[in-house]
Amino acid sequence: MTPPLNSRPIERTQAFGWIEEASHALSEAEAMTVFRQTCFNRYFEFECSRAANSKRIKAPIYLSVGQEHIPATLALIFPGIKIFAQHRAHSYYLSFGGDPQQLADELLHKETGCARGMGGSPSIHSPEIGMFGHSGHMGDQVPIAAGYALASKIPSLAVVGDASAEEDYVLGAIGYAATKGIPLLLVCEDNDLSILTKTATRRSWSLAGVAKSFGIESIDISDDPWLIAFHARRAHGSLPFLMNIRTCRQLWHAGTGCDGEPEWNRFEIFKSQLIARGLAEDVAVTIEQAKEKAASYWI
Amino acid sequence: MTTADVIRECTREHLLSRKGLLFGQCVTAVGWIGGTVPELTEADGVIELSMADVAGAGIAVGAALAPGIRPIFVIRYQGFMWYNAAPILNYAAKSLEMWGVPCPLAVRSIAMEGGIGPVASACHHFMPLHMPGIRVVAPMTPGEWRTAWNEYLAGNEPVYFSEHRRSFALTSELPNIFKNKANVTLIAISASRLTAMEAAAVLEAEGISCNIIHLVNLKPLVFPDELIPALNASEIALVIDSDFTYCGASESIAYRLMIETGKRVHALGLEDRTAGFAPPLDNPTPTPERIAQRVRDLL
Repeated sequence: MTPPLNSRPIERTQAFGWIEEASHALSEAEAMTVFRQTCFNRYFEFECSRAANSKRIKAPIYLSVGQEHIPATLALIFPGIKIFAQHRAHSYYLSFGGDPQQLADELLHKETGCARGMGGSPSIHSPEIGMFGHSGHMGDQVPIAAGYALASKIPSLAVVGDASAEEDYVLGAIGYAATKGIPLLLVCEDNDLSILTKTATRRSWSLAGVAKSFGIESIDISDDPWLIAFHARRAHGSLPFLMNIRTCRQLWHAGTGCDGEPEWNRFEIFKSQLIARGLAEDVAVTIEQAKEKAASYWI
Repeated sequence: MTTADVIRECTREHLLSRKGLLFGQCVTAVGWIGGTVPELTEADGVIELSMADVAGAGIAVGAALAPGIRPIFVIRYQGFMWYNAAPILNYAAKSLEMWGVPCPLAVRSIAMEGGIGPVASACHHFMPLHMPGIRVVAPMTPGEWRTAWNEYLAGNEPVYFSEHRRSFALTSELPNIFKNKANVTLIAISASRLTAMEAAAVLEAEGISCNIIHLVNLKPLVFPDELIPALNASEIALVIDSDFTYCGASESIAYRLMIETGKRVHALGLEDRTAGFAPPLDNPTPTPERIAQRVRDLL
């Protein structure tokens, strides 16, 4: 799990980086909290998909299906952190407490949307939860988050994908965060794709390795919720910290299309892990409640 | 006090009394940027950035999102706006309109010229002039800088201070010169205000009478009270700038004035060519000789 300094591990499995200590990172109640939020995020995204397919949403949308449990887990460990995400941030907005109705309204181009219709899917924000909007320049949220955290001394979360992580100013900001000890949590949702171009085609280096060489503690793991929680707890008192989380985007980069089954289906794995712990009934109820709640914002 | 003294003392007060921050590259190096930066420490709020330009601008923008900070970001050479523009113009300028979140960054962007080649030279305020959401001022005198600073403090928007090194040593104000009847009205911006005054002296000696109107507030564009009467009382007018002519402030303002008054208004700025280091290849602020010759040609 220690990232190499100058090469990118090619292993992409649902258990990548697993360590046994992580199995206790979430209590049963915490795991169900994460699962409840995951379900809501997921079924909210399915409602977005339906609204887009029926042309109620007319602008591009960036859905997080397959990755929705990552913010759900982070929100458990880092409540109150300032959030600087980019496109594909619906689940961050929801997980950290953003108003779902305002998000639905934003996507439906209404004045009552969280960005009054200005932001659409990729530039949502919520002052109430400390989530800042994204400009559309991939990765610029990293230096901006670093600047905010430096000036305010408030821990800040910057979320990138494996593609935007390659922006030169992201690397410059990571170096500066290391130099100044800025309380920045940088999370890379690494789905191995820039739209459809594989990471190995674009770079030979690992983000976690580069961050480590800058002097930032970093980990490179799969998107197992217990594993994320384990390392997020470690990160809590030792920012700056970088988490490269290998995950699977189940739908297209933009829009609602699907190119088939993901490399692994974390939602199904998560569900089966909870069922294996004797929570089958809770899981079933949670899913039904999430479906119903998610649908209620689109009437 | 010189303009440099005013900048430095306003900055000192901002850092020490309001807990503001000042960001820049090599700001604490020899000279403290022409004596415009107070000799304070990082603990006082003078923060050295790394040499990663785009990331550095993003960090300053992020700091401006932190409540009450109002950071100053110093760009040592305006030509470096080609690097720094992205976070400033695409985030700071848009934040209030997009999300209702103020990002009051003061950008001190400093022009310099004279044997410094193709990148670092002259003004580049055409860049922020093209973006909504950011104010652009070009103060030269001590009083103008202080007024612009106070207006920045009173507002919520980012402000681009298009400064020029030639202003730093100025100690007195530059009043408009308005005669009831003149051959030409020279409307000047930034360092061209100084060369326009020299040109006017030459032209007056030749019997060509000149009005001189100084422009400071470029966006929103504020015409001094004397401007339209001066224009109406002269045969022609020439807008002069230390930035490029083509699609720059000089052409744009000349167009506005022609529409408003029906007078012939011409533009003169940097030539449409790259500056070289060798003095004959420089492309400086229009010289007194160039301005005077242009007026003779127009008349």
